[in-house]
Amino acid sequence: MGKKLLLQNDNVPGIDTYEVYRQHGGYTSVEKAFKMTSDEVVEEVKKSGLRGRGGAGFPTGMKWSFLAKPEGVPRYLVCNADESEPGTFKDRYLMQRHPHLLIEGMIAASYALGANTAYIYIRGEYFYIVNILEKAIEEAYTAGWLGDNIQGSGYSLNMYVHPGAGAYICGEETALLESLEGKRGNPRIKPPFPAVKGLYACPTVVNNVETIAAVVPILNMGGDEYAKIGIGKSTGTKLISASGHIKKPGVYEIELGLPVEEFIYSEEYCGGILNDKKLKAVVPGGSSVPILPAELSLKTPTGEPRLMSYESLSEGGFVSGSMLGSGGFIVMDETTSIVRNLHTFNRFYHHESCGQCSPCREGTGWMEKITHKILDGHGTLADIDLLWDIQRKIEGNTICPLGDAAAWPVAAAIRHFREEFEEYVSNPSSIVDVKHYYNIHNLVEA
Amino acid sequence: MSEVKFNDETLAVVHNLMRRYPEGRHKSALLPILHLAQAEFGGWLSPATMDYVASILNIKPVEVYEVASFYSMYNLNPVGKCMLEVCRTSSCWLRGADDVIRHIEKRLEIKVGETTADGMFSLKAVECLGSCGTAPMMQVGKDYHENLTLEKVDELLTQFTNEDKHSRYCDANTYRKN
Repeated sequence: MGKKLLLQNDNVPGIDTYEVYRQHGGYTSVEKAFKMTSDEVVEEVKKSGLRGRGGAGFPTGMKWSFLAKPEGVPRYLVCNADESEPGTFKDRYLMQRHPHLLIEGMIAASYALGANTAYIYIRGEYFYIVNILEKAIEEAYTAGWLGDNIQGSGYSLNMYVHPGAGAYICGEETALLESLEGKRGNPRIKPPFPAVKGLYACPTVVNNVETIAAVVPILNMGGDEYAKIGIGKSTGTKLISASGHIKKPGVYEIELGLPVEEFIYSEEYCGGILNDKKLKAVVPGGSSVPILPAELSLKTPTGEPRLMSYESLSEGGFVSGSMLGSGGFIVMDETTSIVRNLHTFNRFYHHESCGQCSPCREGTGWMEKITHKILDGHGTLADIDLLWDIQRKIEGNTICPLGDAAAWPVAAAIRHFREEFEEYVSNPSSIVDVKHYYNIHNLVEA
Repeated sequence: MSEVKFNDETLAVVHNLMRRYPEGRHKSALLPILHLAQAEFGGWLSPATMDYVASILNIKPVEVYEVASFYSMYNLNPVGKCMLEVCRTSSCWLRGADDVIRHIEKRLEIKVGETTADGMFSLKAVECLGSCGTAPMMQVGKDYHENLTLEKVDELLTQFTNEDKHSRYCDANTYRKN
């Protein structure tokens, strides 16, 4: 069994209630933090090597240390619970089953940052979790962990849940802040960064749910001890959302550095490919990261076993590697149409583009149209080159990373599975799912 | 439709929500208030509803329109009492979401984006709802229905019809009384 830090009490009945959570050592990290200065708490997080768990992997302690502290200006901690990256559902799992772990981490983090107000921005589709969080926050207020002068420490914190309303872009931190201010979720031009001008133009830290939850074990065990878990600069544990063609989909906490092969095939995790089919491809870190064909997902380009870590998954760059991303691990068996899967991604990014930047607004639309055309049996070889050309013109040319996120899946699908695209355009009758497609849309068969 | 005005209980919740944000920043409460308005006033945001929300927050109506039109959970046109939102992105597609959509279309004799003639059901195909490990799935109101099979879909549709179900994401009891 790998080490469990976030889900160690996952099977404890009633762990979502304050009483049970407290009995199992809940809120001790806050007690510990109150005995330290806020800078010492930041230092522990720095020592832990914790990196942002939302997808970018930026060192959390460093992000915290960038926070501006002008006199007389309030600071904010905002939890990014807008989990929307296709293939990712670990924050949902954590909040639903362990709401107090998030609240505890937010109190410790807010104390470290000197924030007296903290918001949890949660995607609107998770409204049933809003109820769970509201209840847990109420319990925390009643038990004296929120409000004025918490546990006699002299430190005060108010915490609120704020629902979004259906927009992937609000997972981008400046779009999230716009949305929290009651506006459209259009990302801001940076700089200034939120650490200087964030919510209401005040210094703000935005952290992912899992990142904030990880502060709890870090303070409990100490940053140095946490840094011993994992491999190299990928310290600690990570929640992986496993989905697609596997026997046991679900959320698994792994120690970073676990071999990909073990994760897919061992009974402890995914349990192998559904119906014992062959592995075709893996999207290891959410829809935005490059897809890897079976051989490159199990082995690095140099033939070493591929590991679940920031470094190993990106080994080979975008030519033969990918990214750990959000840990949204999508597995595809040998029957999967890579083109059709890509089409679902293209449709997704087109739907979710905020429309501010032309390359993304127009480019995502064209990419969706072209994969649609190819699936329709009307594609040409030139369309494959056009797809490639469009994604290249989006990447790096937008205000926020959604453009890159839309471009990378297209580039990787063509890079690794070009023959499949060519087969589709040169021999449309071979398209196994064309008939299915026509049925779905009640169209007249060609 | 009856007058667009929150009852006293909901209005108290609305004012509580506005107090969650600093002085002068009550516009922040726009998204949660629009959700409450949609739930209370027929499942969609009519111009009258949006104007009413603007008046509560003391902001211009256009500030509400531009927000309401940005987010996919707000309906700017009337929808059926019970909205079926079926996820169709990658992981759900891999596990048969297209079959679920096709099945519902056939059974209800509507297509994606349409409402049944009796006004009971609307069918919407949506993008990733974070239920990839329990795919395929659909959301109805705030409830997630997961690991769907066609049989399970049939049972749910029968149940919703019998219950005359209204789908809502939230109500006045969603939030704690701070």
